[in-house]
Amino acid sequence: MLAKRIIPCLDCKDGRVVKGIQFVSLRDAGDPSELAEVYNREGADELVLLDISASREGRATLMDTVHRVARQLFIPLTVGGGVRTLEDALRLLGAGADKVAVNTAAVENPALVEELASRFGSQAIVVAIDARRQSAQNSEEPARWNVVTYGGTQDTGIDALGWAQRVEGLGAGEILLTSMDADGTKNGFDCELTAAVSQSMHIPVIASGGAGEPEHFADVFLRGAADAALAASIFHFEEHTIRSLKEYLEKQGVPVRLINHEA
Amino acid sequence: MIAVLDYGAGNVGSVLKAVQYLGYPAERVDRPELLARAEKVIFPGQGHFAAMMTALRARCFLGALRDILQSGTPFLGICLGFQALYEASDEAPESPGLGIFSGRVQRLTGIFKVPHVGWSQLEIERPSRLLSGIAPGSFVYYCHSYYCPATHESAAFTEYGQRFAAAAEAGNIFAVQFHPEKSGDVGLKIFRNFLEL
Repeated sequence: MLAKRIIPCLDCKDGRVVKGIQFVSLRDAGDPSELAEVYNREGADELVLLDISASREGRATLMDTVHRVARQLFIPLTVGGGVRTLEDALRLLGAGADKVAVNTAAVENPALVEELASRFGSQAIVVAIDARRQSAQNSEEPARWNVVTYGGTQDTGIDALGWAQRVEGLGAGEILLTSMDADGTKNGFDCELTAAVSQSMHIPVIASGGAGEPEHFADVFLRGAADAALAASIFHFEEHTIRSLKEYLEKQGVPVRLINHEA
Repeated sequence: MIAVLDYGAGNVGSVLKAVQYLGYPAERVDRPELLARAEKVIFPGQGHFAAMMTALRARCFLGALRDILQSGTPFLGICLGFQALYEASDEAPESPGLGIFSGRVQRLTGIFKVPHVGWSQLEIERPSRLLSGIAPGSFVYYCHSYYCPATHESAAFTEYGQRFAAAAEAGNIFAVQFHPEKSGDVGLKIFRNFLEL
């Protein structure tokens, strides 16, 4: 049995976790390594760290952040945000990341995916796809999603499903699929998008965007055929712990990895 | 000194980190002559079977590895480092393995998503020193497209498409298909069992 993975996401800016952290149990709610430690203890299956620093100075702190987060972490760590070259990926992997996520740079230069996969192996390459639903001309038409880049500001006109299949062929090891329509709404994942992509690929698909309630996770696993689900604020605010979410999912018949602390 | 074998492609950094975290002196070893003074050897593998065997041969590691395997020095193979102990792999039929375990490593079939990426449970088949204190059904982290068939030395199994060897143990030789360095507390416990031998 393969467990469905729950992946908390740390959005980091200038070495600090942003996007409203409100952990009463932490000394310093914005410290990425402290938060990583909490999530690890609660049973996170993996961690994703996305750098959203806009400045060069902010980016320079990323290596230090990755190093500090990875030091005492023994679950997979994916790092993304601004990865544009083989050298960027090499530095992140050297600092302790297990996988790097590429997004805009892959769309602009698909050969980068192939280059990264042949240098580091597919298991180290996650392609992040931000998708936005296209309005249908009539109700008969199948749903379509376009790839958007630069944090959702540019519509590339590229079909998200076709792009996902293309990067699989180029050697991507996993897809991190974010619905730009659902992101930030807390109204649930886009299960239709997730299922369309996941059921057409042989590599795992991580669903992202829209998590607000435990029911949303059950939905994206059972209806959306997601292999993993990523969320940030639902965990940061201690609305739901990873453990309580997994206990809920297990009751719904979703296979999850529950850990006990006696071991 | 705990030698972590570096042939240029494995996930050496995270294995070193785990061993050092547990308080043991670990060193990255990229020359075969350094293996002889190791108390224990860990062989983490990753990537393609043919590329691994070619790199081992190019760096003259094959003879040193055979010596270690025969010498009684505790040896732990991880992922592709487990597969290397079989006679051959379907991933690269022209590159023979080390032939410690009989049989051929085969491609995962019977399931839609390959590679097998993520956390799966261990079925512990028989008592072993490596898995001592690990509860049956514990989850460990996998990332592989090829699997090791059952042999007399298999100690634990996992089911994904088919049932395959998750861990093996024969004298001084230990091997796991999963990644203990990415398997949280369960993985650290397995490393500690090996390091305390």
